[in-house]
Amino acid sequence: MAKRFGDVVALDGVSLKFEPGSFHAILGENGAGKSTLVKCMMGYHRPDAGHLLIDGEARTIGNPRQGHHFGLGMVYQHFTLVPSMTVAENLILGSPGLPAIIQWDRAREALEQFQRTMPFKMDLERPVATLAAGEKQKLEILKQLFLNRRVLILDEPTTVLTPAEADQILGLMREMTRSGRLTVILITHKLREVLDFAGEVTVLRAGRRVGGGRVGDLTRDDLVRMMIGVAGVPAPAPRVMTPDGAVALELEDLTVRNDKGVVAVSGVSVRIHAGEVVGVAGVSGNGQRELVEVLAGQREPESGEIRVGGAVYARTRAEMRRSRVFALTEEPLRNACVPRMSVGENLAFRNFDEAKNTRGWLLNRRAIRDQARALIARYRIKTPGPEARLETLSGGNVQRTVLARELSDQVSVLIAQNPCAGLDIGATAEIRGRIMSARNAGAAVLLISEDLDELLELADRIVVMFEGQFVYETPRDLADMQTIGRYMASHA
Amino acid sequence: MQATTDLGWWGVLIAVIGGAIRVSTPYLFVSLGETLTEKSGRVNLGLEGTLVMGAMSGYAIAYLTGSPWLGALLAGGVGALLGLLHGAVCSLARVNDIAVGIALFLFGTGLAFYLGKPFIEPVAPRLPHFALGAWSPYPQVRAALEINGLFVVGFGVAWLLLWGLRNTRWGLIVRTVGDNSDAARALGYSVPLVRTASTMAGGFLAGVGGSFLSLYYPGTWNEGLSSGQGLMAVTLVIFARWNPVHCFWVSLLFGGATALGPALQSVGITANYYLYGAAPYVLTLGLLIYSSSTQRTLVGAPSELTINK
Repeated sequence: MAKRFGDVVALDGVSLKFEPGSFHAILGENGAGKSTLVKCMMGYHRPDAGHLLIDGEARTIGNPRQGHHFGLGMVYQHFTLVPSMTVAENLILGSPGLPAIIQWDRAREALEQFQRTMPFKMDLERPVATLAAGEKQKLEILKQLFLNRRVLILDEPTTVLTPAEADQILGLMREMTRSGRLTVILITHKLREVLDFAGEVTVLRAGRRVGGGRVGDLTRDDLVRMMIGVAGVPAPAPRVMTPDGAVALELEDLTVRNDKGVVAVSGVSVRIHAGEVVGVAGVSGNGQRELVEVLAGQREPESGEIRVGGAVYARTRAEMRRSRVFALTEEPLRNACVPRMSVGENLAFRNFDEAKNTRGWLLNRRAIRDQARALIARYRIKTPGPEARLETLSGGNVQRTVLARELSDQVSVLIAQNPCAGLDIGATAEIRGRIMSARNAGAAVLLISEDLDELLELADRIVVMFEGQFVYETPRDLADMQTIGRYMASHA
Repeated sequence: MQATTDLGWWGVLIAVIGGAIRVSTPYLFVSLGETLTEKSGRVNLGLEGTLVMGAMSGYAIAYLTGSPWLGALLAGGVGALLGLLHGAVCSLARVNDIAVGIALFLFGTGLAFYLGKPFIEPVAPRLPHFALGAWSPYPQVRAALEINGLFVVGFGVAWLLLWGLRNTRWGLIVRTVGDNSDAARALGYSVPLVRTASTMAGGFLAGVGGSFLSLYYPGTWNEGLSSGQGLMAVTLVIFARWNPVHCFWVSLLFGGATALGPALQSVGITANYYLYGAAPYVLTLGLLIYSSSTQRTLVGAPSELTINK
């Protein structure tokens, strides 16, 4: 099967076979062609070459509905649930024979009966908006099973789950394949999931199949080598032991409401010293976003105080500049950049109004362009030039652009939120290295991340955020994945 | 006039209630239509134009055929056509539904004035009403309880919509498209098609609401017939939190505000008449300020609406 988007070959003649009742993982880095492959299978994209055989017969699937007809179902990375509806409404929604008038008594009875055959149960009357991410993912799977799918494609299903939730869901899937009811195709870039749960694996790199086979026959190193094409993962950045610095960032009893007016961050206090990384672990949606928005100046806190270097910090532009506070917020195209402005302009957001970049009332275009050229070279941003619109850059290069802007000056306080989300192994290593060197140079770093491995690599101290509160704290040396995972899921 | 003085301030209250019932019908129909359209994730600001177009065409048809009910029905048909236009244009890539709505608002009123010129003079038959106040000795009470047929229909439509959005396939599809269009696409529904159909249905209701203006109250066709009811009804939807039955109550509130000036006049308070006439507009502004916040989003708002993005 092959697919190209413009000049980019996303998928280059990949052939695969899925046995009934198998648990088959498709492993690869971001941009390896995993999603393109399954989207061609599901009928979202039309492949440029190749075809799909179901039970030995060639089939053309032009849209997802036809895919459903052959028993193919897909669970997406992003939820396809309707948040304002209840669990029952969401389940009923997809049924092919949805009657014009829904008789809820009868529908509910059918759903209860169906739930009895399933390994997990859900409260049918709860609005989906109130479900935790793990429950939503379960509901997505339940929805597909309710439709009697034979083949279930899971696209990075564990991104938003705690390790325990991920294990539970993948375990359930494995059981269902063992009983022969289901064939599961798991798309992932996490080696652990492949090694622990899958039966077969196919590794994709740059749109080609570069290896695969029975998981039992392959080692972790084999898989890494296939995935990134070189031996081993780049070594993590060195951690320089720094003497205990002064307290640089201090949050005291910070309470923040979310867009719906509900308390999202509740009485959070933390002190971060210069030269220290404090990592905040937690499943997304537990108040991390609101916390970062307050620190970045995007949201007003309800109560509490933020102090930088001992002085109350009201998050104005002047204070950010004076106190050298910088931020790497998540979704940089939304939170940190103007996608339609040029790379050079985006690089100048922090200092376009400073003396070196202005001539009286006017901007000094030349100085801004020179600054951009220097940063592009120093941070190896792949761009046609400083004039290119930022939105034309890849995710990794957008993040490098933000990094160049936020880290090129001297940094006292750095707020980083999922800085490596969606980036490949190379870019991830580079960005973690830059954060580490900022720490080594004396910055106080608040790192909010959903990736426990990232926190264990970078943080000096880890706190766990659950339902808006810091419920657990541990120094790096004593950090234990199981314990952290437990606190991520409950107060216990 | 004697009875008015007998009732005193009660007279004002009764006149406001009566006015609310009489004036609220166009608000009700337009807001129900807009609720349905917005539930599918689109805003149609052109309903003011649809309202005026419905008023004109309803009047013209009632005059030509002699049947006011046929007039109201065909006014709805004209509204649906305008909704189709809005829906179809908005289905094109990179078209903003708010801009199209404003264009359609101007187009609808302009077209109605142009086509409606010959119908300003003739007198069309009016829609019938039920005299629910016949038992009362007071003429004010009798006047207040003259309930128009369309008001009753609107009340029924509000409950029907509320029920339909929860209990029918169409209701679920419309809500899915309005709340998570990716989910709708994954289920194989055509988002533009559902939105266009919802806009058409919304336009139908607004057109019927317009016919009320020309066929019952005030009951004639002229160019100054609507005073922005169509636009205010859009605000009303926000205040009603996209709930059709709330639309009914909020319409009554707006109707009551509109009736305040004339009601006070009836007890002899004529000073500041125009100030009281501004009551519905002040109410609109007040509600918008009350229901908005820089800190939070609106509860119940369909998340695909362009105003929420």
